[in-house]
Amino acid sequence: MEVLLQLILNGILLGGLYAMIGLGMSLIFGIMGIINLAHGDLMIVSTYMSMVVAMRFSGNVFIALLITVVVMIIIGFLCQTFLINKVIDKGPEPPLLITFGLSIILQNVLLLIFGADAKNIPTRVSSENIVTTPWFSISEIYLINFVISIVVILLLSFVMKKTYFGRAIRATSGDIVASELVGVNTKRIYAYTMALAMATASIAGLLIGMTFTYSPSTGTQYLIFAFGVVVIGGMGNLVGTLLGGIILGLSQMVGSYFFGTAYQLFCGYIVLLVILTFRPQGLFAGARK
Amino acid sequence: MLNQENKELLTVENLDVHYGDLQALYNVSLQISPGSIVSIIGSNGAGKSTLLGTITGINKPTRGKITFKSQDIGSVPTHTIVAKGITMSPEGSRVFEKMSVEENLFMGAYLPNARRKRQELLKRVYGLFPVLKEKSGQLATYLSGGQRQMLAIGRALMVDPEVILCDEVSMGLAPVIVKDIYHKIREINREGMTFVLVEQDVKRSLKYSDYSYVMVKGKIVMEGPSSELPEDEVKDAFFGIHKYA
Repeated sequence: MEVLLQLILNGILLGGLYAMIGLGMSLIFGIMGIINLAHGDLMIVSTYMSMVVAMRFSGNVFIALLITVVVMIIIGFLCQTFLINKVIDKGPEPPLLITFGLSIILQNVLLLIFGADAKNIPTRVSSENIVTTPWFSISEIYLINFVISIVVILLLSFVMKKTYFGRAIRATSGDIVASELVGVNTKRIYAYTMALAMATASIAGLLIGMTFTYSPSTGTQYLIFAFGVVVIGGMGNLVGTLLGGIILGLSQMVGSYFFGTAYQLFCGYIVLLVILTFRPQGLFAGARK
Repeated sequence: MLNQENKELLTVENLDVHYGDLQALYNVSLQISPGSIVSIIGSNGAGKSTLLGTITGINKPTRGKITFKSQDIGSVPTHTIVAKGITMSPEGSRVFEKMSVEENLFMGAYLPNARRKRQELLKRVYGLFPVLKEKSGQLATYLSGGQRQMLAIGRALMVDPEVILCDEVSMGLAPVIVKDIYHKIREINREGMTFVLVEQDVKRSLKYSDYSYVMVKGKIVMEGPSSELPEDEVKDAFFGIHKYA
């Protein structure tokens, strides 16, 4: 019983990190209607970037985060402005192809520079437990992941609800023509959205690098997690994204308890499939066509 | 001649618009004087909405010139045209469904100049449409048809433009509500706002506007001061009676 309780707790905490991974994907899909197939790879690029910076600054992950976020924001803005915005009016396929191509290019560039070996970000934060009770324990890194994810999601919700920037993003996702008619440069808003998504991806990237090992091909695996989170939570729904992450984390952990760790990912996908079958719009989305 | 041109706020000259191979507008020209209400009358598919969409940069012309305050705006993106002082209350109102009424109005005052005057503009819109103030916290998706139309016009006012184009204000609304909205439009117009109204209702269009254009199949077939245009002839044109088709 204690084991199950521990796994449930781990599932919830891990879910926070998954939500963080899916957040950018959810923003991009919810606002632009684009499925960004390079999302996982862009995130892993930011992980490598954080690693390089952290090693340069004797393991200081805060400097690494700061620099990576800024660089990724710029990359996101440029990618959207000069690649995706050029084809976004031409239906869903061209942006899909562009992000697919981007994904292949990024994976191979990482392979060229860093090789195929698994790496991790050296950090003082440990995976040891900071809370230990007779019934359960909480590892430091899992708690940090969870708290940071919650804070980022709350912050993003605030920006979306209360600022002109957030309102313009929501307006653009609702009605492009009506947004243009009040003076919103919707293409520019798309670029900002991508930049914002990349900022969240680089935070997720750093956390992943501190928690797990990664290699140039890891991005694909996290792309599927991101998909899962977005599908479960409903596209473009921030609270849904958090809950989607938690459900995915929980189903993996609880699944591994009943069927063994070999089935951990499998159980996550089964839950995903079930939800996709019965509620294709996501558990927490409103009536969306 | 030059003087005459400068007097107009908005001019459209020899406009052709295509959707792919299909031509929607043929050689359309019109002039909008500052402070006037101009109506564009025509049936479904006459090209009225295409014309407004082209003035606001949503459709791109294949030929012709659109000039606003002596500036060519024919190839300018919509948000830039809005920043220059033209906005539109689009067909079917197109409010931001998932935002509250007040947020919709805030979005109207998105551009820096309007944002600075936001409270003043908001007060004016609430003064004109008190129901919007009552419902300010409600999601726009729960508004009735008439309220949505008021919100769309209110949002256009929040942009603080010089010209508002209204696409089919009366569509799907009860006559008493339409009458109310038209009175408000006239009230706003008395304070100096220029309006271009697209309508299918001949009688109302002529009654509430200073100048009218009648469109049939993408062409302007008749124009003149609204008080001088014979209603019967406008109706004939509207229904595509042969000599105008």
